[in-house]
Amino acid sequence: MSTAIKDTQKMIEEVLEAYPEKTKKDRAKHLAANDPTGQCSTCQVKSNMKSRPGVMTVRGCAYAGAKGVVWGPVKDQVTISHGPVGCGQYSWWSRRNYYNGQTGVDTFGTMHITTDFQERDIVYGGDKNLHAALHELKGLFPLAKSMGILSECPVGLIGDDIEAVSKTASKELDIPIVPVRCEGFRGVSQSLGHHIANDTIRDYILGKGELDKSTPYDVAIIGDYNIGGDAWASRKMLEELGLRVIAQWTGDASINEMGIAHKAKLNLVHCYRSMNYICRHMEETYGTPWVEFNFFGPTKIYQSIRKIASYFDDRIKENAEKMIEKYKPVMDKIVEAYKPRLEGKKVMLYVGGLRPRHTIGAYEDLGMEVIASGYEFGHNDDYKRTYPDMKEGAVIMDDATLYEMEEFTRRLRPDMVGSGIKEKYSYHKMGVPFRQMHSWDYSGPYHGFDGFPVFARDMDMTVNSPTWDLIRRKR
Amino acid sequence: MRQIAVYGKGGIGKSTTTQNTVAGLSEAGYKCMIVGCDPKADATRLILHKKAQTTVMDLARERGTVEDLEIDEVLLTGFNGIRCAESGGPEPGVGCAGRGVITAINFLEENGAYEADTDFVFYDVLGDVVCGGFAMPIREGKAKEIYIVTSGEMMAMYAANNISRGILKYAQSGGVRLGGLICNSRKTDKEYELIAELAKRLNTHMIHFVPRDNQVQRAELRRMTVIEYSPDHQQADEYRTLAKKIAENRNLVIPTPMSMDELEQLLMDFGILENEEAVA
Repeated sequence: MSTAIKDTQKMIEEVLEAYPEKTKKDRAKHLAANDPTGQCSTCQVKSNMKSRPGVMTVRGCAYAGAKGVVWGPVKDQVTISHGPVGCGQYSWWSRRNYYNGQTGVDTFGTMHITTDFQERDIVYGGDKNLHAALHELKGLFPLAKSMGILSECPVGLIGDDIEAVSKTASKELDIPIVPVRCEGFRGVSQSLGHHIANDTIRDYILGKGELDKSTPYDVAIIGDYNIGGDAWASRKMLEELGLRVIAQWTGDASINEMGIAHKAKLNLVHCYRSMNYICRHMEETYGTPWVEFNFFGPTKIYQSIRKIASYFDDRIKENAEKMIEKYKPVMDKIVEAYKPRLEGKKVMLYVGGLRPRHTIGAYEDLGMEVIASGYEFGHNDDYKRTYPDMKEGAVIMDDATLYEMEEFTRRLRPDMVGSGIKEKYSYHKMGVPFRQMHSWDYSGPYHGFDGFPVFARDMDMTVNSPTWDLIRRKR
Repeated sequence: MRQIAVYGKGGIGKSTTTQNTVAGLSEAGYKCMIVGCDPKADATRLILHKKAQTTVMDLARERGTVEDLEIDEVLLTGFNGIRCAESGGPEPGVGCAGRGVITAINFLEENGAYEADTDFVFYDVLGDVVCGGFAMPIREGKAKEIYIVTSGEMMAMYAANNISRGILKYAQSGGVRLGGLICNSRKTDKEYELIAELAKRLNTHMIHFVPRDNQVQRAELRRMTVIEYSPDHQQADEYRTLAKKIAENRNLVIPTPMSMDELEQLLMDFGILENEEAVA
């Protein structure tokens, strides 16, 4: 075992010292020193397990996964949070999934709709209210293409039959209605919510749309949530490559696109964690192959373009080379401009979905090094994809606690931390440059050729902001 | 003020026994109140001479919230000054009746339904303890005394044992105690001995053996307790005796529920399971 791994393991042990025995034993399974070769048996973390009570996990719930990630960004569906007001209110368009359309007329992405449970709805059941709400919504928003019902916790407890209400109202109103059983207490994190939501796409929407004409170049972008316009940046590139994007979900997604996605010749999967389920289903049912791609930073972009092109004919392959040739000088210029300012800077990441591994290449393009990374709700297959991308001895953390993150920060002294809104302000107080990497800190896009200049600029202004010198950094 | 909860298997006669006993207590001069904790809302019918009075939850549903109610609208006075309230709740298969019980009891408490000069409050609770809501009357130090209505039928005894488990849980965390078993006779074999033995095993006593008498049905058809309908009938005296025994009862215990095997063994010892098998 190398010294880098041993040193990191020693540091992790020291950090774990503060925990009581049981917690220490449990948390030790979720923290590891990276071994890119995958040969060191103690270098694999355990994941997708229940959080230990009391450790201040930043995980979400099944509802959060279904709403914030999968169904929330579907723009022409009216999505109801069925239950008390809070779940919907506090998750109100917080991920900045951009979309085109006239909100309130033909698109509803930024609207928050709830059945607003009162005591009487708990006692007598909320299904009558739900039925009435569906009718009202159809009247208010006649251009909605579908309606969704997301179950909040109490609905699972009192057993409202949302499937039956959906079925009845769907017939009465002649519109698809999708009941999603994503009660927050189900599963260990938001991850189960993604799966449940994927299953409802499969059962209620997929395969129901009509595509007039197919071409050999039809592809679907799956799992790009268009945060700050990411999916648009990706779509533009794929079109330049000569492909036809027939569906893009669920960033700026429409019900029709989701309905015809099975006609794609290739599924391009961005967020594997949240959308692999539906891709596997399409592979099994329609024989559609799927491929993961990474549009963060030029190195990964070039690789991904070539990988995607390899599924198509020579024309597309040539296009890929032409594109790289065309954009390389532009990208090189960005690197030239920012690398001297960022070279050697250390980054610690703790995010969700795909970012803990997908952004590594973009940082490396700028000369930065990711010294620690982890997932809120990743599974083993996510970590398996991460180990080879990180240096030996880097810290891998699963479902990290705020204490652990603070300790790692103190010991590893990263020049920048990229994580979520819950961590943001404690890092500000610690005087550590911080970037909110769930919604790009109100910036973006970060994907593709359009995104990289923004990414580079944002990292530079975070790391090199004079603000941090005004805050005394805790030693 | 003594707060008493009555539990037992569905259909065993909890409401009938409770109302007749309360009638007996009121006759003896005690000031009593009955809180029905069952969505069917039939726990006060014999006292008020009408079924389906306005329940707390039904009215709350109509008005919007429970805060919109006045106590007088849901707390009615019936036979001999007995005050009655019903929690109410949904029809079977929807919503959460348990939450209804919690809401209703909280409402009654906050609005001063439990007057200082009340001697007895009886909670008549639906069937078995099915969820936290139906345990509400014995939580947070409300009813500290519980009586289980049972009979010599096997399922009624199963239920009694099961309810004892629920009581045990709250006895350890709060001050809830089992006051005894009330045997509402079904005229099964060796019923008296069997229930007396069951009570002993549960660390309690059979406080009274209420014999089966059709007079109860006759009174019920007229929406009355036996005590009101036929005060001189012998069955009325049975309820008066039960009322007296409860008023004087000091035998409050933490129950010792049995395992299923032990319970079945008990039935075997009394030759009941064996008989059943022989017949089969």
